[in-house]
Amino acid sequence: MTADAANLTGAAPEPAGMPRAPVLRVEGLKAYYRTRHFGVEREVKAVDGVSFEVRDNEIYGLAGESSSGKSTLLKAIAAAMRPPLQVVGGTVRLRFLGGKSIHAATPAELAALRWRKLSYIMQGSMSALNPVRRVRRSFEDFAARHLGGTGGGFEARVIEHLGRVALDKSVLEAYPHELSGGMRQRVTIALATICRPDLVIADEPTTALDVVVQKDTLDMLRAVARQTRASLLLVTHDLGVHAYLTDRLGIMYGGRLVEEAATERLFQAPYHPYSKHLIASLPVIGAEAPKVTLPGAPPNLAAPPPGCRFHPRCPLAMERCRRETPQMLEVAPQHRVACFAVGGPA
Amino acid sequence: MAPLLELDGVSKTFGGLLRRRRVAAVRDVSFTLAGTRPEVVTLLGQSGSGKTTLARMILGLERPTSGRLCVEGEDIARLRHGRARRRLLRLVQPIFQNPFEAFNPLTQVDHYLVLTARRFGGAGDRTQAEALTDTALRQVGLSLAEVARRYPHELSGGQLQRLAIARALLAKPKLIVADEPVSMVDASLRMAIVNLFKTLRGELGISIVYITHDLATAYVVSDRIMVMRAGEVVESGDARQVLIAPQHAYSRELKGAVLVPRFTAPDGDRVTAIPEH
Amino acid sequence: MLATLRDLLRFNPEFRIGALLLAVVVGMAALSFVSPYAPLDTFVVAPDVPPSWQHPFGTTSRGQDVFWQLTFAIRNTLSFGILVAVLSRLLSLLIGLVAGYKGGWVDRVLMAINDTFIAIPLFPILVLFYFVLRDAMSWTALAVIMALLGWAYDARLIRALALSLKSREFTYTGLFSGMTTRELLLREHLPYVMPIVFATTMNNMNWSIGLEVTLSVLGFTDINSPTVGGMIYWANQHTALVAGVWWWIAFPVALVVLLFIGLFLLAVSMNEHIDPRSRLRRMGAEGGA
Repeated sequence: MTADAANLTGAAPEPAGMPRAPVLRVEGLKAYYRTRHFGVEREVKAVDGVSFEVRDNEIYGLAGESSSGKSTLLKAIAAAMRPPLQVVGGTVRLRFLGGKSIHAATPAELAALRWRKLSYIMQGSMSALNPVRRVRRSFEDFAARHLGGTGGGFEARVIEHLGRVALDKSVLEAYPHELSGGMRQRVTIALATICRPDLVIADEPTTALDVVVQKDTLDMLRAVARQTRASLLLVTHDLGVHAYLTDRLGIMYGGRLVEEAATERLFQAPYHPYSKHLIASLPVIGAEAPKVTLPGAPPNLAAPPPGCRFHPRCPLAMERCRRETPQMLEVAPQHRVACFAVGGPA
Repeated sequence: MAPLLELDGVSKTFGGLLRRRRVAAVRDVSFTLAGTRPEVVTLLGQSGSGKTTLARMILGLERPTSGRLCVEGEDIARLRHGRARRRLLRLVQPIFQNPFEAFNPLTQVDHYLVLTARRFGGAGDRTQAEALTDTALRQVGLSLAEVARRYPHELSGGQLQRLAIARALLAKPKLIVADEPVSMVDASLRMAIVNLFKTLRGELGISIVYITHDLATAYVVSDRIMVMRAGEVVESGDARQVLIAPQHAYSRELKGAVLVPRFTAPDGDRVTAIPEH
Repeated sequence: MLATLRDLLRFNPEFRIGALLLAVVVGMAALSFVSPYAPLDTFVVAPDVPPSWQHPFGTTSRGQDVFWQLTFAIRNTLSFGILVAVLSRLLSLLIGLVAGYKGGWVDRVLMAINDTFIAIPLFPILVLFYFVLRDAMSWTALAVIMALLGWAYDARLIRALALSLKSREFTYTGLFSGMTTRELLLREHLPYVMPIVFATTMNNMNWSIGLEVTLSVLGFTDINSPTVGGMIYWANQHTALVAGVWWWIAFPVALVVLLFIGLFLLAVSMNEHIDPRSRLRRMGAEGGA
């Protein structure tokens, strides 16, 4: 079964009727790691006041490098946290929880959510598959509960869904180690989407894959998301992947969002100095080597710089940047930036 | 003058009589780095292509199962101990993929540099070694004051990788083998290091064997490219030619898989103009 | 080093208890130097006296004060255990590191020797040595023999660690920086190996002391110089338990049990502290986005 043409080009299908509420709305989220070793307390402000929303049937990308906080953000959104990680402020609201913050949900509600409404493709997904059981069992373990048991049409549904990621039903009888990395990743995508969740969170889904496999996997991810009308929150440091796949893109630095816009617009007209640098430093075949420099190093989140986290490395840094934290303000329709120098009214 | 690096029918097979599976990691690879003019040769391949095994053989960390691998005319399979081996260690220096693993987390990073300066760099005493270290660090955009007495976890991936390059420079090598040197470095710091390799070739006259799976960085840094697949070289030649007009089916497949933004204009030009605000 | 111990004392309850227990035992051993009675003298006090103010641990059927005997006994036992531990650690470190790092035929030869030693049944060999050496069997001789029998297990552990360290990239960096093999092993690898050495030291001491007690109880050692096992041996000879002289056995056993527990707790708590992963965590290397 092949994906239809519209899905291949990646155009978002027209919404039918009234636009639905955003699938995910994060407001002022703060998540810190608090540890205590031998009397030394450390607080790592991994996510420090992040607000954004993921709309119906869209692919939203989060880009960031090491110590940007993006992995912690995902854990906080999926309520997959364990001490020493704690949410110390803000809310994460999912449409299917009826506006309640996910952190206020009971374990029973969370269990009902997982896989049916919210699923998570982790980095190095190979480990989501039990290595001593056949793939079929993973489907039975994960999905049967939500699809009404393993009888009747369950197998037919699984096979049909596997077809969406171009996998043959023989995959069901295989053990994970018998499949290639790319095939395992596609099985994981199939697992994550078979219950037609509203939101799929993917954390570096193609990082470990070869170039050729990566492209196919991304195509499939998009096709499946469009067909099941799921929204996709895609987190990766690879801007090339964002340019290829996402509708809207948010750039994170030092635990905060610094810019957000429609992907095309962000690549063509970035405002924030960090975004500009990131986009300008993408090497492209056929073009000259970008000659860009960014002094300094990513911030230490245990002792971050005061005010704007980027100011020690910023070519446009002003006195104000050291003292106050810039907020995300609209500088153009659907385009937000957190910067005193280039964003919003001074 | 003997060429700097010469490979003739080099193969490496893992597994033997007692193991059940034999894996031919590298099959019959031949190429030459003349060394008269420094150049950057890229081994481009995906996982399982044998590029890392080939790199390890050039560094002397593995021995070819067959074929000849000569550095400055000497077959390295025959250099096992003593001064000849040390000479090879000095001439061919590595840069590894994981900057966080390249240094012992429990050791201060400047220790390695000062040691290299003394053992391979010709420094007579500590003061000289520190002076040489500082010079090398400045060449990569750091300084001794910045990194003295620091532990690896206090520095970023980009800084550590530059440190590794500075350390390699201190040995006064003729060849640097860099195995995926920027794949674990943040995107914003990556180009600085890739450009550094061009400086090493241009200003310091060091040849570089650059190993990567990423076509874009291969394009901007290489003089020559060898595309590897399943242990064999399927295409090789001038970098621009191979990447802009690949001949072999596999090279074409690789190029076709490079992610192109959805909003690119049809003729391939990336929309790059960044208006000033 | 001192800062480490201070940290441990302050924050780690296991370390505190272990240190306390060990302090008690070592204190007892130290008291032996001020003992009013010589260790080998017999019938210097009234025999079979239960614990009282005058004789806090009672006296033995041979007319010795149990308390003061015990101070000598524990001193000898402790010294023995330490000697065996040190000698065998040195052996297992040397063999394990060299075998792991060098690999090839060196490794194969060393491990063949290692496996032979593991397979040797300890007890019969020790008994055999006793019968062969008889009076020449001094404590030092026994310590050396046990050290030679006690390195094999741990050498394999250390070798496994050395093998994994060999393939870590910082080993290659060291190599290409001009480090000699000795420098690599001692400077780069040893800190990772020390936690295992420490844990195995405590185990080794427990093992050697346990074995010594067993041998002594059976009379296979020099029973004149007092040790914990020796005391129990004599108690058995005089059928102490049947005669109701329970204090002769109870106090030595109690003290050696305290020693075992103390060593164990120390090993566990110091291990957690020395382990490079927790060191790194403390230095701030881990944790975070």
